[in-house]
Amino acid sequence: MREVYLDYIATTPVLPEVLEAMLPYFRDAYGNVQSLHNWGDKAREAVEDARGRVADLIGGEAEEIIFTASGTESNNFAVKGLAIAQQSKGKHIVVSAIEHFSVLHSAKTLEKWGFEVTEVPVDKYGLVDPDKVAQSIRKDTILVSIMHANSEVGTIEPIKEIANIVKKSGAIFHTDAVATAGTIPVDVKEMGVDALSLAGNQFYGPKGAGALWLKKGVRIIPFLDGGVQEGGRRAGTEDVPAIAGLGKAAEMAKAGMGTRAKRFSALRDKLIAGLPKRIEHVTVTGHPTQRLPGNASFCIEFIEGEAMLMLLNSQGIAVSSGSACTSRALKASHVLIAMGIPHEIAQGSLLFSFGLDSTGEDVDYVLEAMPPIVDRLRQMSPLYSKFLKEPKRGKK
Amino acid sequence: MPVYNEKVMEHFMSPRNVGEIENADGVGEAGNPVCGDMMTFYIKVKDNHISDVKYKTFGCGAAIAVSSMVSEMAMGKTLEEAKEITPALVAKKLEGLPKNKFHCSNLGAQALNKAIDNYLKKQGKAAKSKKGGKR
Repeated sequence: MREVYLDYIATTPVLPEVLEAMLPYFRDAYGNVQSLHNWGDKAREAVEDARGRVADLIGGEAEEIIFTASGTESNNFAVKGLAIAQQSKGKHIVVSAIEHFSVLHSAKTLEKWGFEVTEVPVDKYGLVDPDKVAQSIRKDTILVSIMHANSEVGTIEPIKEIANIVKKSGAIFHTDAVATAGTIPVDVKEMGVDALSLAGNQFYGPKGAGALWLKKGVRIIPFLDGGVQEGGRRAGTEDVPAIAGLGKAAEMAKAGMGTRAKRFSALRDKLIAGLPKRIEHVTVTGHPTQRLPGNASFCIEFIEGEAMLMLLNSQGIAVSSGSACTSRALKASHVLIAMGIPHEIAQGSLLFSFGLDSTGEDVDYVLEAMPPIVDRLRQMSPLYSKFLKEPKRGKK
Repeated sequence: MPVYNEKVMEHFMSPRNVGEIENADGVGEAGNPVCGDMMTFYIKVKDNHISDVKYKTFGCGAAIAVSSMVSEMAMGKTLEEAKEITPALVAKKLEGLPKNKFHCSNLGAQALNKAIDNYLKKQGKAAKSKKGGKR
């Protein structure tokens, strides 16, 4: 059976060159970065080399990179650590309604700690309106965290405009760039942000490797207390292989970004154009043009995402969904709901994401496989029979 | 994939008795699309026995497997026997459901129960038992 992985948004594989860059640090150069001998020196060189490459990917300085174990850790660190560090100036923070849970739940925790949180809504495309951010900023706003792009619907946010607004207010601006760093151009200076999260497993680096870029001079309260690692801001023995892999992945992402994006967006556009031709009552979610190159997201009406995932998987196709049933919490994607998509339609969410191994034949295969799967589930769906019995209901 | 056992997967991949019954003697609906699962059961009754049962299901793998299993369990049973079908019994027959799927997706027995009540009501002997069945 043909195997088609179209879930690169969940994670990318590690490139062979990245694995090569990691391997020496397991068995040969296994020293502790903090050790004062040759073993330590080799490990330290690897970490500092990677720091430079990651900084280079996002236009920052090496000393501004703090390595973490994931995008989630970077977001937790930024939101909680920056808020706590600024709390003498105020206790109000602003986030968007479609942030990743590592930002939203961190904000919830801050609420429990006595902070106030304002959630900025998004429009039907998942776009944050910079004016709405401006309206939500108060005198006591100390931190704003808005993502660079939302991986679930692909929408890229107007970060530069938002950063300008936040800067005028004097608050700190953090952006979750997990979906974009290594995928589309990210330049911290041009964007005008104060802090930025990224994760290696989004651009062919290993899992367990993330980073927080923090502008020089911005105060943060460490999460992990202990030794002097990462300038005392993130204690714990450095995961040298993971960091070395992240560095290599960053270097390759920067070099290959243009060609990658061009290829992915061609595949994305082919699927976005093709699927609604093969299946009725399909909507594309997210922004039509301001979207991630590898993201093609849809809502298929009258049926549910998990059942689709299972049938697609039986055809060797791996994708994801934002339906309630596919989430452990059994709630439909907060992103789709925030965009105003009704619950029953959000249940039919399906997300295809393209990567380096994707081909045009993969798209053809998906376009062949989808109609019978959708048809089969619709034949079984009480919502579809109701729809068919109500001809007056107009097409969306 | 979600952690479904072979029995659940088999019912999901080849669900029994899918469809609607025209002029059904009883129709029952449970769940709603907001929470992710919704089932409509249709029954035909002859001599106090369920002579045919069909359903339509919107929902996840578990919801589809549950509907299929309930239809199998109900087919040919007396109405009294069919009313004894509970979510716990359905889950047992399916050799287990993931914990988080037990409540939201296990609505088949409830929908069947409602279909039986609907039939009884039409017969002018409205069910005294609590509507909606046991959860």
